[in-house]
Amino acid sequence: MKTIKLIDLAKTIRSKNAGTDRITFDIIFDDKEKYELVKNSKVINKNFIADLYNIDIDRITDFVEFDPGYAIKFTINRLKPSGSPGEGDIFGCQQYPPLLDIEIPVYMPQH
Amino acid sequence: MGKKELKILCPNGHLGFSPTKEESFWIGAKTKPDYYCSDSGSDDIGPAPLGEDKCASLYVWQKHDLELMLLASREQNVPMIIGSAGDTGTNSRVDMYVQIIKDLAKEHNLPKFKLAYFYSEVDKEYLRNKMKKGIIIEGLDSRPSLTMEELESTKRIVAVAGVHPYIKALEMGADVIIGGRSSDVAIFAAPAIYEGFPENVSYYAGKVLECASFCAEPYGAKESVIGTITKDDVKVTAMAPWQRCTVASVAGHAMYERSNPYYEYFAGGMLDMSECVYEQYDEKTTRITNPKFVPVEGKIKVKLEGSAKVGEMYIGIAGIRDPYTIKHIDKVIELARENVRERFGEEGYQLHYRIYGKNGVMGDLEPVKEIKSHELCVIVQGIAPSAEMAEEVAMTGLRQIFYARLPEVKGTAGTAAFLVDEVLRATPAYRWSINHTVEVDDPLELFDVKLVEIGG
Repeated sequence: MKTIKLIDLAKTIRSKNAGTDRITFDIIFDDKEKYELVKNSKVINKNFIADLYNIDIDRITDFVEFDPGYAIKFTINRLKPSGSPGEGDIFGCQQYPPLLDIEIPVYMPQH
Repeated sequence: MGKKELKILCPNGHLGFSPTKEESFWIGAKTKPDYYCSDSGSDDIGPAPLGEDKCASLYVWQKHDLELMLLASREQNVPMIIGSAGDTGTNSRVDMYVQIIKDLAKEHNLPKFKLAYFYSEVDKEYLRNKMKKGIIIEGLDSRPSLTMEELESTKRIVAVAGVHPYIKALEMGADVIIGGRSSDVAIFAAPAIYEGFPENVSYYAGKVLECASFCAEPYGAKESVIGTITKDDVKVTAMAPWQRCTVASVAGHAMYERSNPYYEYFAGGMLDMSECVYEQYDEKTTRITNPKFVPVEGKIKVKLEGSAKVGEMYIGIAGIRDPYTIKHIDKVIELARENVRERFGEEGYQLHYRIYGKNGVMGDLEPVKEIKSHELCVIVQGIAPSAEMAEEVAMTGLRQIFYARLPEVKGTAGTAAFLVDEVLRATPAYRWSINHTVEVDDPLELFDVKLVEIGG
C-alpha cells in the first residue's frame, strides 16, 4: 500500500509546553481533505504515540481530533517539570520531530 | 451598556521578550482602539527567573514596548493594561514596570494620569495557615496536593490573577494598569467585562488576543492584532500588511500551549470553546461566535506558581570526535560519574549529562537509539548546596571525560575537546515546586490594588 509521510501532509507539526508539567503536540492541516485522510487512517492514536515515544500510555493526558482547527492534538506529562535540573527542553518545543516521519496509508482510486 | 463594540489592540504576546514590531503597531494605533493590552509574562521561561526574582527579558526591550503602548494610549487618552509584569509578575518586577512608566512620563512630559498596580506574590505564612486549618491546596495537571514540606522548600510564590484586580483598577479610574502575575485571558477580558460586555465574548477575546499575531498567518511573532468585541461576537484582525487572521489560524491558535483546545480555565470559571463557530469576515478578519462561559461552582480557585531552589550550578562543555569514544559514550560518562562518586559519594549533589548528537534534546523520549553523528557535545551540569562544591562537581564530571581511557582508543592525550577549560557559573538551579490552586473567599484577597498619580 502506498503511504505518505506526515511531514508531506501537515501544515504545522509542533510541540510546546502546556503549563509547567506537560508538553502538548499539534498536527495541523491546511484543508479538510488532508485532515480527514489522516484522521480516518486511524494511524495516530494513543497506543501509537506511546510506542513512538516509548512512554507509558498513562502519560498521555489528552488526545483530541479537533475538527474546527483541522488538527490532531495530544498532550503528555513530563517526568519532571520544565526547567528542572537535567531537563533539556524548557519550552518543550523540540519534541515533535519523531512525528514527521509517520507513514499514512493512502488508498489509490481503482481504475 | 455604553459602547456597542470594543476594540482592543494587542501588540505582543509576551511584552519585552522580543521587541514589538512597530509598523503593525502604528497601523493598529491609527484605528484608535479603546484599550491597549498586553501580557508580559509566562511560566514558559522555567522556574529560575521566579526563584531568583529576575527578568528573562532585556530591560531595553521591555522599556521599548512599554514606551510604544504608553505614548499611543496617552495620546489617545485610552487605558493601557499590562499583566504579569517583567516575565514573572513578582513584586519587584511590578515595581520595576511602575518605575519605567514614571520615567517615560517624565521623559515625554506626559500630562497627569492615574497608574494602578497590584502585587501577586503570596506569603508562605498565608498558605501555611490555610493548610493548618485543613484546607487542601489542590494540585493541577496530575500533581498531588501541596505538602507542608514542599511549601517550606519553595522560595517564591505568585498567585495568578483573574479579571478581578483589573476591574477594580478600572473602577478606580486607572489610565495605566501594571499587574502582577495574571491569567493571559484576564488582561483582555477585564476591560470588556468592565465595559458591560458578556463574559463569554470577553474571555474568548482574551483567549484569542493574548499571543498577538500567533493567531494570524503566515507565521510572524510580535505583530499587532486587534480584537473587536460586540455582545454577540468577537472579530480578530491582523494589523501587519502581510498577515491575515484566517479561520484556520484562529481556530488553530485555540489549541496553542493548552492540553485541550476546547477548555480554558482561569480564576472564576472556564471558557468552553467546543461549540465555537469560526467564519472569514473579511480578508484579514475572522469572526467567532458561540463561546460559552461556565462560572466556577463554589469558591473561586486561584492558581499558584512556586519555585524551589535546588542548588548552585556550574556548567561544563566537552566536544568528542573520536569514533570509538562516540560509540561507547555511555561507558565514558559512567567512568566520569564513578570519579565524582568517589569524591562526593552518592548523595548531596546532582550531576547531569546531556549528550547532544545522541539524545541531548529529547532524552528518554528520543526514538533514535543509534548515534549517527560524527561528533558529540556533552554538557555537564553540577549542582550542589554551595557554589564551591557545585564547581568541583561540574569540574570533576567534565575533566574525567577528558581523562577517561578506553583501552581501544588510539588517541591517548585527551578524550574531550574543550571550548573553554573551565566550568561556567550558571544561574542557580530551580524547580517548579507549586502548580496548584487555592480557594479564596474574596478574589481580591491576594491582590491589593493601589493607585498613584503620575505626570503633569
